[in-house]
Amino acid sequence: MLSTVGFLANSTPDQLLPARELMAFTLASHILLVPFGVALPFITLLMHHRALRRNDPVALTLARRWSAVMAVQFAIGIITGTVLSFEFGLLWPGMMGRWGDVFGLGFGVEAWAFFLEAVLIAIYLYGWRRLKPWTHFWLAVPLPPAALMGAFGIIAANSWMNTPQGFRLDAQGNPVDVDVRQAVFTPMFGPEYWHFVVAMLMTAGYVVAGVYAVGRLRGRRDRYHRLGFTVPFTVAAILTPIQFMLGDSAARAVFHKQPVKFAATELVWKTDTHVPEYLFGRLNGDGTISGGIKIPQLDSILAGFKPSTQVTGLTSVPAADRPTAVQATIAHWAFDIMVTIGSVLILLALWYAWSWWRHRDNPGNRWFYRCAALAGVACLVTVECGWITTEVGRQPWIVYQHMRVSEAVTSTRAGSLWAMLGIVMVVYVAVFGSFLAVVLKMRTRWRIADEGSAAARAELPPETDTPYGPRSEPEPTTAGTAPGGGSDHTPGGAS
Amino acid sequence: MAEFIAWVLVIAIAAYACAGGTDYGAGFWDLLAGGAEHGKRPRWLIDHAMAPVWEANNVWLIFVLVIMWTGFPTMFQAVFSAMWLPLALAAVGLVLRGAGFALRKPTRRLAQQRIYGAAFAVSSLVTPFFLGAVLGGIASGRVEVGTTASADAWANGTSVLTGLLAIAATAFLGAVFLCSDALRFGAPDLVDYFRLRALCAFGVIVVLALIALPVTHHDARYVWDGLTGGMGLLLIILAAVCGLATVLLLLRRSYGWSRHTSVASVALVVGAWGFAQRPYVLPTSLTVTEAAGATHTLRWLVIVTVIAIVLVGPALVLLYRLDTMGELEELTDADTRAARTSGDNL
Repeated sequence: MLSTVGFLANSTPDQLLPARELMAFTLASHILLVPFGVALPFITLLMHHRALRRNDPVALTLARRWSAVMAVQFAIGIITGTVLSFEFGLLWPGMMGRWGDVFGLGFGVEAWAFFLEAVLIAIYLYGWRRLKPWTHFWLAVPLPPAALMGAFGIIAANSWMNTPQGFRLDAQGNPVDVDVRQAVFTPMFGPEYWHFVVAMLMTAGYVVAGVYAVGRLRGRRDRYHRLGFTVPFTVAAILTPIQFMLGDSAARAVFHKQPVKFAATELVWKTDTHVPEYLFGRLNGDGTISGGIKIPQLDSILAGFKPSTQVTGLTSVPAADRPTAVQATIAHWAFDIMVTIGSVLILLALWYAWSWWRHRDNPGNRWFYRCAALAGVACLVTVECGWITTEVGRQPWIVYQHMRVSEAVTSTRAGSLWAMLGIVMVVYVAVFGSFLAVVLKMRTRWRIADEGSAAARAELPPETDTPYGPRSEPEPTTAGTAPGGGSDHTPGGAS
Repeated sequence: MAEFIAWVLVIAIAAYACAGGTDYGAGFWDLLAGGAEHGKRPRWLIDHAMAPVWEANNVWLIFVLVIMWTGFPTMFQAVFSAMWLPLALAAVGLVLRGAGFALRKPTRRLAQQRIYGAAFAVSSLVTPFFLGAVLGGIASGRVEVGTTASADAWANGTSVLTGLLAIAATAFLGAVFLCSDALRFGAPDLVDYFRLRALCAFGVIVVLALIALPVTHHDARYVWDGLTGGMGLLLIILAAVCGLATVLLLLRRSYGWSRHTSVASVALVVGAWGFAQRPYVLPTSLTVTEAAGATHTLRWLVIVTVIAIVLVGPALVLLYRLDTMGELEELTDADTRAARTSGDNL
């Protein structure tokens, strides 16, 4: 067994790179939809509850429209998620073959939770017309818990890959004496799970609020935009400082449980005390760091609250057992970008809190809405970054210190994998592009209808040159004539 | 314990074949519905019938994969290594099918609907073929632990026939269900439209099965023997009875029970295959016991499955009941207050 490990460590199979790229590409695409799969039902239900409780037609319209978007988004999320299940076998059969029965149970929980979610969401999305209002609402209430349960399964599996336990190796190196409870509740599970769940809620909140922030920047100050902004933004803003603390404790858990990964994300070369913190910068093969801002002592202080804390360096393990300099730099940048964005979001949340504390109202400043419009996109970036940090920082292991990525990879020829990557990229670009186009088109239709009814209510003469003017006629002939103000662009494009 | 999990796997595959199969079949008829004007009404029905349930139906497949890798990791590894290409293509097909279907509905332009519809319909044909071909390859003993990917594993007589049978079975299920759906949505003309297609699909299944008998005799000897004797044969006969009952019900225009008998016939065939393959998960090289994962995990898998049945079962029943009672309807433009835009032609 040891000789095989040594052999495999030295040889990188040709198919490793395309397999990795394919996994990275499909997972990076899928993860953009995950926040909405996990958290959009919750936010929609908040709005729905408000609509029913206060008999508020504006809130009801918002909830219905969000659920119309959810219908499409959930479908795309399901199929891109199914692809990932296939890829476990298509790309990493070695991992599933040896470890499937140790850590696969988390996926079992996930599959059933997801089943429940798919059933309930179908009832919710298609129940608007015929079900009684409150029955309809209550049937959807189990949705957020089901989503949390699904996330539980996935994160259990991922955290097991980071801190594998719950088994013993026999003489042939095969896992025996599997203890499922230990394998599910691994040391990294808690920190990873809460960090993930809160990230999903925050991201969905900021993205949804961002859409209405853009609307406000374009001069739409009606109650519809105000409500559509306030509810999701409040959820996200409350969670932002919580997430900062959760992220901090997750990083410290990595420091204790996966010291080499921590060394990679913080660019620590040699094990030492009084380790400085580098903001960005690039690790060279010889251990020097180019660029970046160096803050003396800070890394030790962050890891153990005092400068004398000893931080394990990358060189504490042989070069074959740790991320390469490039991988460490990638993980480090991903980590720093995530932390930077998280810190800026706290300022935004504080601005919002201050405004509510002092004025009992949303901030009126245009810059606030510009930042809010960007917050959603920034959050999606942090989701990608967090995932890159945990995955790239674990290299070269697929199961930390037990199996290398190169041992798990399929034996399918590299050429087939590259071809498949090409096909998948074309398909995904088409699917995600169409998805975005469809959602934007829905938004345009809704805006035209709203402007039409607003104009009708105001009884403006047709020649009035206002934003809600002549072009807002709901008739198909006039309504489509290229609305001014560049309103056919993406929501993020405004700021 | 391993034996039990193996049966859970067979049941999950049967559930996917029936639930997912109905949706694939709907896609198949979407493909054959003709031009935009001619196929407008069948496509309208397919859209409405499938929309609330296809996502839940699709999850059976994920469950099948999870049981495979948790319960029988070596088998999972062997199958995905040997059947690389058909499974990869099936995955791409799944994406195109789901995306095509989900994106076609909110689209209001004919040209775009055509593209999405084509993606949906073509991949509804391709995906079950490849999944069927994989099953055929396994049944004919072409997958062993350590088999590397090759065309022979899935491009052989047995695999191709199984793939075609899978398509025919989905088309049959789809048409039978669409008959009842047409009745439910108040479209009597479509009832006859799909009734004819269900009968044709059944004819094709019979023809394919008759061709398969001699072709697979030597190629998949173990499973062939299992299907023509003992429990396997019994279930096959029951499946045939259910299939014929479906035909009779369709001929007598009784669409209430025809759905149940058609589902039973497909599920029984899958069950028969399960009996025929005993005690192997990969005939004739890997038995259920050899492939089974850690005992402790299997015990937990049973617990998780039982909890899940308690949780998901009622929800699923509720979904199907609400659906067949016509309580589930999609939001219209009026509900979300959406306007038309230029270029809309639907």
